[in-house]
Amino acid sequence: MVILEIENVGKKYGPLETVCGVSFPVAAGERVALLGHNGAGKTTLMRMILGLTTITSGQIRVLGTAPGSRKARTATGFLPESVAFHGALTGREQLRHFARLKKAPVKQVDELLNRVGLDHAADRKIRTYSKGMRQRVGLAQALLGKPQLALLDEPTSGLDPISRHEFYDIVDDLANNGTAVLLSSHALTELELRTDRIAIMSKGALVANDTLSNLRLGAQMSIRIKVTLETGAVERMISEIGGERMNGKSVTLTCLQDEKIALLGRISSYGPAVKDIDIIPASLDDLYRHYSQKTASEISEAASC
Amino acid sequence: MLVLTIVRLELLIARRNMWVATSVILMGLFTVVLTLTGGAPTGTLGVDPLMIAVTSITTLSVYLIPLIGLLLSFDAIAGEAERGTLALSLTYPLSRAEILIGKFLAHLIVLGFAVAVGLLLTAGLTIWQHGGGGISYFPLIKLFATSLALGAAFLGIGYLVSSLVRQTGVASGVVIVIWLVCVVLYDLGLLGALVADDGGAFTKTVFPWLLVANPADAFRLINMPDISVSVLASGIGAAGAASGLAGQLASLLLWPTLALFFAWLTFRRVEP
Ligand SMILES: Nc1ncnc2c1ncn2[C@@H]1O[C@H](COP(=O)(O)OP(=O)(O)OP(=O)(O)O)[C@@H](O)[C@H]1O
Ligand SMILES: [Mg+2]
Repeated sequence: MVILEIENVGKKYGPLETVCGVSFPVAAGERVALLGHNGAGKTTLMRMILGLTTITSGQIRVLGTAPGSRKARTATGFLPESVAFHGALTGREQLRHFARLKKAPVKQVDELLNRVGLDHAADRKIRTYSKGMRQRVGLAQALLGKPQLALLDEPTSGLDPISRHEFYDIVDDLANNGTAVLLSSHALTELELRTDRIAIMSKGALVANDTLSNLRLGAQMSIRIKVTLETGAVERMISEIGGERMNGKSVTLTCLQDEKIALLGRISSYGPAVKDIDIIPASLDDLYRHYSQKTASEISEAASC
Repeated sequence: MLVLTIVRLELLIARRNMWVATSVILMGLFTVVLTLTGGAPTGTLGVDPLMIAVTSITTLSVYLIPLIGLLLSFDAIAGEAERGTLALSLTYPLSRAEILIGKFLAHLIVLGFAVAVGLLLTAGLTIWQHGGGGISYFPLIKLFATSLALGAAFLGIGYLVSSLVRQTGVASGVVIVIWLVCVVLYDLGLLGALVADDGGAFTKTVFPWLLVANPADAFRLINMPDISVSVLASGIGAAGAASGLAGQLASLLLWPTLALFFAWLTFRRVEP
């Protein structure tokens, strides 16, 4: 079931076009990561989905209703990019307030405080919290009332490495329970295994929207294969297959995704002379750079945005 | 009810931020001083001692209640927008009217509590000094009710400013100017016009309505209708008679209603 539909959406601030022609759906149980450089329009897109700002062109539907409708707001959990609370309240008081507004059971607050690891500090004033602790309060309030759509704007900023890991466990749980998750992030490595789909924005336009492996295929990025050999075989491989000598014992070969199996076959024909093989796929970093640069030039040619 | 949830949170915040304590101390302190100093000579004159206290408290309240109202409200929207808490609140399923009304009720409760403490202290002190017999409590009740209306008007004006300017620093400056105009400059201007007119047509026809159009003056007229009152002594008696109780009540009811309505209209346009 599609929870969030974004169709050809654009946003202008005066003459400044900050989002243009963005379309993609997010289905129940799907985890979508929204990537893009600073000022790409990620936050603006989320604010439009929430109904916090008007949409200049195109259409957004949340559960079939307009953004900002009571139904949409009841079903949506939102973690803002720089989350802030009333410093005079304690974490528990603030969350209870939000629970009442969302008509979620107030006892869910205690569960969530536990879940985000804040139970020990729940009765201290938020003013005294560290940045990561405030981020956890933000995450907890986004989970109130079992949302059908979770919009998380840079949710892991300010979290330590272990908390980041725990955060993605929470995201997995959400998705497994049928929540559609759209999260933005600049921390690419942590997204590799934790998202179903990656959408990349550049200068307001959507330049990629696919699974990680399809993005790899589409990018035609080279894969590096590092082969460790017996000393005598190194020269032979370089002359027969090519590649680069690394040190006395290994050769680095590069190939495209669809040539990989054939190349591996040729390597294995060396038999026991091959001691080890490491396959290094293009990292998300490389992919991200590829997609956002490719289209940066395309965009400036078309001048559509 | 979502409004009650907002009221509850705002009361908690007001308590934590010492707004409640500040308003109560302010009102309590001044009313006690005025009751004690005002009561001494009148006992011998045989005038209702409470009436004297009410008169001096009214003079004070004209300054203090608009000030407290504006101080409670100027930060309500601009401050939340600036600190970033407004955006998150607006993603929850409640309307902006509910948010505004919730804040308004909470602030009105804070203000009402401060006024009530002050007036109860006044009543208690008066009974302690002069005994309970022969005191009419109606002026006290009237003073309380009209204080709420006056406070509500300035709360509404504060929210309006807060959502119009969207920056707390600017909002605080604007409300201080509004306060100065309403409780000081407006009256001075009218007084100047009266002197210049020297009992002409302006004094008889326009002036009474201009006077009552200011909620602070309507509040003053309704609570001390006798001519012995020193402020604007030359024209205030006639003015009170011309606009009448209906005019004063209308002013005190229209101001809060209109101010809140326009505050809501501007708040609806605020993009957090
Ligand atoms: N209220 C506003 N008025 C004018 N321009 C705005 C406004 N909000 C955002 N913008 C502009 O819209 C563009 C996109 O901003 P946005 O906050 O969506 O970027 P982002 O992708 O979230 O960036 P970051 O990774 O830094 O958070 C920027 O050029 C920004 O200057
Ligand atoms: Mg952003």
